[in-house]
Amino acid sequence: MSRTRLLPYLLIGPATVFLLVLFVVPLVQTIALAFTDNGTASLTNFSKMAGDLNFGLSLRNTFLLVLAVIPLQLCLALMMAMMVQKLEKGRDLVLWILIIPLGISDLAAGLVWLSILQDRGYFNTVLNMLGLIDGPVNWLSYEAPLSLFIGVVLAEVWRATAIVLVILIAGLQLIPKEYAEAAEIFGATAWTRFRKITLPLLKPSIQSALILRTVLAFEVFAVVYALSGRNFPVLVGEAYAWQHVNQNNGVAAAYAILVMGISLAATVIYIKALRIRPEMQP
Amino acid sequence: MTGLKRLLAATALTGAALSGAMAQETIFLSTQLRPVEEATKVRQIILKGAPGPVTFVVEEPSPFQTRMDAETQAGKRTISMVGALHGELAPLVGSKGLEPLDALVAKAKERGVPDAMLALGKLGTDKQMYIPWMQATYIMAAKKEALQYLPAGADVNALTYVQLKDWAKNIQDKTGKRALGFPAGPKGLLARFFQGYLYPSYTGGVVASFKSAEAEAMWGAFKDLWAHVNPNSASYDFMQEPLMAGEVMIAFDHVARLKDALVAAPNDYVTFPAPSAAKGRGFMPVVAGLGIAPNAPNKAGAMAAIEHLLKPETQVTMARELGFFPVVKADLPTDLPGGIKLLVEGVAKTQGAKDALVSLLPVGLGAKGGEFNKVYVDTFQAIVLRGAPIRATLDAQAATLQTIMNETKAPCWAPDKPSDGACKVN
Repeated sequence: MSRTRLLPYLLIGPATVFLLVLFVVPLVQTIALAFTDNGTASLTNFSKMAGDLNFGLSLRNTFLLVLAVIPLQLCLALMMAMMVQKLEKGRDLVLWILIIPLGISDLAAGLVWLSILQDRGYFNTVLNMLGLIDGPVNWLSYEAPLSLFIGVVLAEVWRATAIVLVILIAGLQLIPKEYAEAAEIFGATAWTRFRKITLPLLKPSIQSALILRTVLAFEVFAVVYALSGRNFPVLVGEAYAWQHVNQNNGVAAAYAILVMGISLAATVIYIKALRIRPEMQP
Repeated sequence: MTGLKRLLAATALTGAALSGAMAQETIFLSTQLRPVEEATKVRQIILKGAPGPVTFVVEEPSPFQTRMDAETQAGKRTISMVGALHGELAPLVGSKGLEPLDALVAKAKERGVPDAMLALGKLGTDKQMYIPWMQATYIMAAKKEALQYLPAGADVNALTYVQLKDWAKNIQDKTGKRALGFPAGPKGLLARFFQGYLYPSYTGGVVASFKSAEAEAMWGAFKDLWAHVNPNSASYDFMQEPLMAGEVMIAFDHVARLKDALVAAPNDYVTFPAPSAAKGRGFMPVVAGLGIAPNAPNKAGAMAAIEHLLKPETQVTMARELGFFPVVKADLPTDLPGGIKLLVEGVAKTQGAKDALVSLLPVGLGAKGGEFNKVYVDTFQAIVLRGAPIRATLDAQAATLQTIMNETKAPCWAPDKPSDGACKVN
C-alpha cells in the first residue's frame, strides 16, 4: 500500500531534483546578482542596463524580430501542416524533410545562412550568374539594415518553423474526422471547414506552439550573432556581451531578468487571449 | 552489485592516480598562444628545456576567468601557473587568483626586464602580481600592390591619418574597392586602436582628453576616413583572414593577428607603423605576464618554469617561432623566417619612429577593463556607424568613463599626465 502511494513521488523525484539544482538555484542566484551591487541591495545594474547605448536598440530589435517571425512561422506551419495532412503517399518522407532544421543547432543554422548571404556567398553567386549584380553585394552590413533584418528573419523562420509544425500536426491528428465529414455533407467549403472546425479545435495546440516559440524567440541569439556580429543587437546578445566582453555579470543578470519578465508576460497574454474552455477541446 | 562496486573502485583508483600524477607536473593555463600550431610549439620547443614537466593548457579569456574564479571559490587548485595578457590578469587580483611573486623580481631585473614593465606587473598593488613574459604591439600591414596608390609625397613608414585616408580613397576611386580594414568585430581589438593609437595621436591623452575639442575633431576626421573602410570591418576579428582572402589590402591589427597572412606570403606584404596626427604617432606595447595561483599544487615547479621562460635563449626562440618579442635583454638573430621578419621590422619601425608616443595599457582598472573598453567601442559605434552627433555622444560617454575612473580610483596613465587620485575627464 505504502509502496504504491510513494511511487508517484519516486517517479517525479529525479526530475524535481534536476529542476531544483539546475534551474531554481541558478534562477535565485541570477536574481540575487541582478539586484545587488557589491553585496548590497541596489538597482544599479538595471539603471546601467537602461542607460546603455545598445539597450533601446536591442529591445526594439528583439520585439521587431518576434513580431515579424512569429506570425510568419504560424501561417507557414499551418499551411505546411494542412498540406502534410492531405498527402496520401510519402507523407512520412515529406514530414521528415520538413523537420530537418529542428535537428540543427542555432549557431550552425546561423552559419549556414551566413554562407548563403555573405558577400562571397551562394546568393550573390547566383545573382551574379543571372547577371543581376556586377560585384559582391553586402547584404549583412550595418550599411544595409533592412536586408540584414530580412536575412535574420529568413534564418529564424527556416530554423524554427519545424517545431510549430510538429505541434500543429500532433493537434490536427486529435481532431476527429467526423466533424469535417458532417460539414462537407451540409455543403461547407474547404475554407469554411478550415475556419469553423479545424482552427477552433486546433486552438490548444496553437496556444502551446505560440508560447513555446515566442519564449524562444525572445531568447534569440546565436543566429543573430552568426549573421550580424554586433550590427543587430538583441537582448540576449547584450547579456552575453556584458558577461563575457564587458565582464560585468550584474548587468548581464539584469538583462537575463528582463528577458525572463518579457517571456512571462507574453505567456500570460497568450493564456488569457487564447482561453480554452473545456467544451472547446476536441 | 559486485560489478558496480568494482567499477566504482576502479574509478576512484583512476582518480587517485590522476591526481597523484598532477602533483608532480606543473599545469600552465594560458590565454595566449592558443592556436594548435602555436600551442604545439610551446609544448615541444619552448617548454622542452624546463626543469620539470609542464603541461601547457590553453583557454579563451572568458572561460579562463571563470575557471580561475571557480578554483578560488572551491578552494581546490589544479592550475599552478597562468600566462595571460596584462588586462586579463588584472581581474584576478580582485578575485584572489594571483599570489605575489616578489621573490622573482630580482631575477627579472637581472635579466633586463625594464622597470616600467615590471611596475605594470604590480597591477595597482604594492606587490609583484605577475612577471612580464613576452611583448607585442599593433602594426599595419599592406599588400605591396596597394603601394602604387599611395598619395603623392607620402612615405609609407611615416604616414599621417590624412594620408591614410587619401590612400584608401585613391584605391576606392581607382579600383572601386574599399580596401582598408580594421578589426571592429565582436572579438576584434578595436578598443586598443582608440586607446593606444587614435586618441594619443590626435589629443595626446586617452582619458583626460576624452571629450576635448581635439577629440571632437578627431572623431569627425575618423568618420570621414571610415567612408573608405571596408564595411565588413564590423565583423572582422583577426585581420589576417580578410588580408589573405583579398577583401582588404591595408589593415591595422595586433602582430599576432596579422601573423598568418605574413607567414603565408612574406613577399606580398609590407609592414609599417600606424599613422600619426598633431600630437605624435601613438603606439601601445602589449605585455603578457606569468603568474602563480595561491596554494598552487606545484609552486616550486611554476617558479622554475617562469625562470626558464625568462632565459634570453628561450625568449629569442619565442620570437623566432611565435612572433612575440623578448621582455628581457636579448638580441634577435638576423636570420628570422620571412613572415616573422616582417613583424619584427614593423615593430622596430613603430618603436623607432621619431614622433613615437608611447601609450600604456590601462593601469589600475581591475575588473572594470571590459567596461572601459566598451566606452571607446560604444563611442565609435554611436558616432561612426550610427551617425550620432559627436559632441553629445562624447559628453554622454565621458560621464560613463568618469564613473569607471571614480569607482576604480585609477590615476591617469601615460600619455595622460599623472594625477592625484582618480583620473579626471576634462
